[in-house]
Amino acid sequence: MKPKVAFFDFAGCEGDQLQVANLEEDLLALLGQVEVVSFREVMKGHSDNYDIAFVEGSCTRLQDEDRLKQIRKNAKLVVAIGSCAAIGGINSLKNYKDLDSVKKVVYGESGKLFDSYAARPIDAIIPVDAYVYGCPIEREDFLHVVKSLLLGKKPEIVTYPVCVECKKNENVCAFERGQFCVGTVTRAGCNSCCINEGTICWGCRGLVDNPNENSHKEVLIKYGLTVDDAIGKFKLYFGWQEAKR
Amino acid sequence: MKKSSFEVDVHHVTRVEGHGNIYVSINNGAVSKCEWSIPEAPRFFEAMVVGRSWSELHHITSRICGICSIGHTLASLKATEAAMGISISEQDLKLRKLALHGENLQSHLLHLGFLVLPDLLGVGSVVPLVSTNPDEVNTVLRLHRTANEMSNLICGRTTHPQRLMPGGFSKIPSIKELLALRKKLQDSIPSIQAVVELFKSLAVKLPNFKRETEFIALTDPSEYALYDGKIASSDTGSAPAKEYLAYTNEYIVPHSTAKWAKHVRESYMVGALARLNINYKRLSPIARETADAFNLLPMCYNPFMNSIAQLVEVVHSVEDSIRLINELEVAGLKSQPDYNLPTVKVKAGAGVGAVEVPRGILFHDYNYNEKGICTKANCIIPTNQNHGNIQQDMNALVPQIVNKSQKEIELTLEMLVRAYDPCISCSTHVVKIR
Repeated sequence: MKPKVAFFDFAGCEGDQLQVANLEEDLLALLGQVEVVSFREVMKGHSDNYDIAFVEGSCTRLQDEDRLKQIRKNAKLVVAIGSCAAIGGINSLKNYKDLDSVKKVVYGESGKLFDSYAARPIDAIIPVDAYVYGCPIEREDFLHVVKSLLLGKKPEIVTYPVCVECKKNENVCAFERGQFCVGTVTRAGCNSCCINEGTICWGCRGLVDNPNENSHKEVLIKYGLTVDDAIGKFKLYFGWQEAKR
Repeated sequence: MKKSSFEVDVHHVTRVEGHGNIYVSINNGAVSKCEWSIPEAPRFFEAMVVGRSWSELHHITSRICGICSIGHTLASLKATEAAMGISISEQDLKLRKLALHGENLQSHLLHLGFLVLPDLLGVGSVVPLVSTNPDEVNTVLRLHRTANEMSNLICGRTTHPQRLMPGGFSKIPSIKELLALRKKLQDSIPSIQAVVELFKSLAVKLPNFKRETEFIALTDPSEYALYDGKIASSDTGSAPAKEYLAYTNEYIVPHSTAKWAKHVRESYMVGALARLNINYKRLSPIARETADAFNLLPMCYNPFMNSIAQLVEVVHSVEDSIRLINELEVAGLKSQPDYNLPTVKVKAGAGVGAVEVPRGILFHDYNYNEKGICTKANCIIPTNQNHGNIQQDMNALVPQIVNKSQKEIELTLEMLVRAYDPCISCSTHVVKIR
């Protein structure tokens, strides 16, 4: 019997589920291996009977915790897809601000009508079995994780920083170009895609395990940058991870 | 005949982006309640960007929406550039227009093929169509792939673009790559026409419903406005983009985390149908023929025809992209340095960027201090502007179909919501800072 899979989304842009839809012909091949029982973005109907749950988006309010717990209860495996679900993502930018004033800025006096708390990854609420990092996820990465899970293996996670891939790609270092980059401490696996496109690493895959802080400080000193520069960029995606450290 | 009483309660409408609920209550054959509500978790982007640098705003606001990330990036860049008086080259302008066409194609094809087509063929998703209508599904997938490749080529990624930046591009495609894209687009025209024929054969299934409303879209005398133009209303004429607040007038309703908007009527509509109604004359030749073949002529007041207007725009985007690449070829593509970082003279200021994205007119409005730090932001998203119109359509439509079965009413209302192609996670990001 084909394993049953379901997709769910919380606070996010649905860009990761879009990457799944963007698999095009590979999606058809995947549909030959699994039975999709819930994917609100592309299908009508829903079932609570599923083996693998893919969850996109971060948890940003108390009322969503119950839904997450129910998903955990129903699924044998829970996979966090995308930065928001895996590390808290860009939503955690608001965690640095006073929540009442954030609500007021956006909704005025009606802000109190809306429930919201610090944005967090889903593993702050429920245990997670596998992660697909990135904002958005890389399609190949997603397929790799799905294949591993279908074969009953735990997908391996890259534990080195983006710098490693960037060097392999022979890019000119962003610091050498006078720009600030967080590839020194960000988990790789993206093939340094943003730097290849001429920009910088923004940190969307989150802090690598055991980031080499000393060498990062050396880089800052060498290029005349301050800890404030670093903290500013760290806030983009590392908010929840930094708060926990 | 016995008058019936029942409820239609659709919790989280499927095959739309984000979470929306429909609730209708019928009592003895009369409508006692009819509500479109948005329970999506709010995300507070306008507060999150305050304190961030001008060089990051487009990167952050791109994350408002996965599907229209290119459009959000472009609106953001235009707002930043307007605030600091930055201009871009003619070549970069053409490349940005190509980026927008790429996104329009991606988004419209996804909507038409994955979200609308199943309703017209009487199934719950595209999945059963893979075996029952393999040719049609493969054609849509192939076209969608071309659109993705186009976005990838111009923007460096299909979702959350990388190359677009204030003042220009960090990297641009080569002329060889652009000419290969042109060939692909030219070759795709027969497939697109096959999709048009398919929709022609199914168009009778679109409900024949009309409700007069106001349409708002960008307009430009020289082209079918997408990247730039003045704001035009079908009721009141046009005005520069920076006067957008006079049009959008957002307000908060208690049952929705998304803001709603109104101009001179109870509500207005934005999106492909609004654009077509206002700018029909500037459609490219085959696109205009396509509109004519569906008898889709201004003013069309049937919101279900928005999907067909998207189909017309698919044709337009392909034709206009070919034209843009022709122009780039004739002018000779100028190369730029690797890791290009356009020079920007940072200064204090305020600026508005308006762009037509797949679901309608989008505004970003920023204030910067002299260090280029954002002090205030406002983003007005197309779907927010449509929520009020969806509600008004439901109010008018339900009494007309009240004698149908609960199931038929439910499907018709779901189809109505899908016709607007709402992008709800976008619409709960926003509002204004006073």
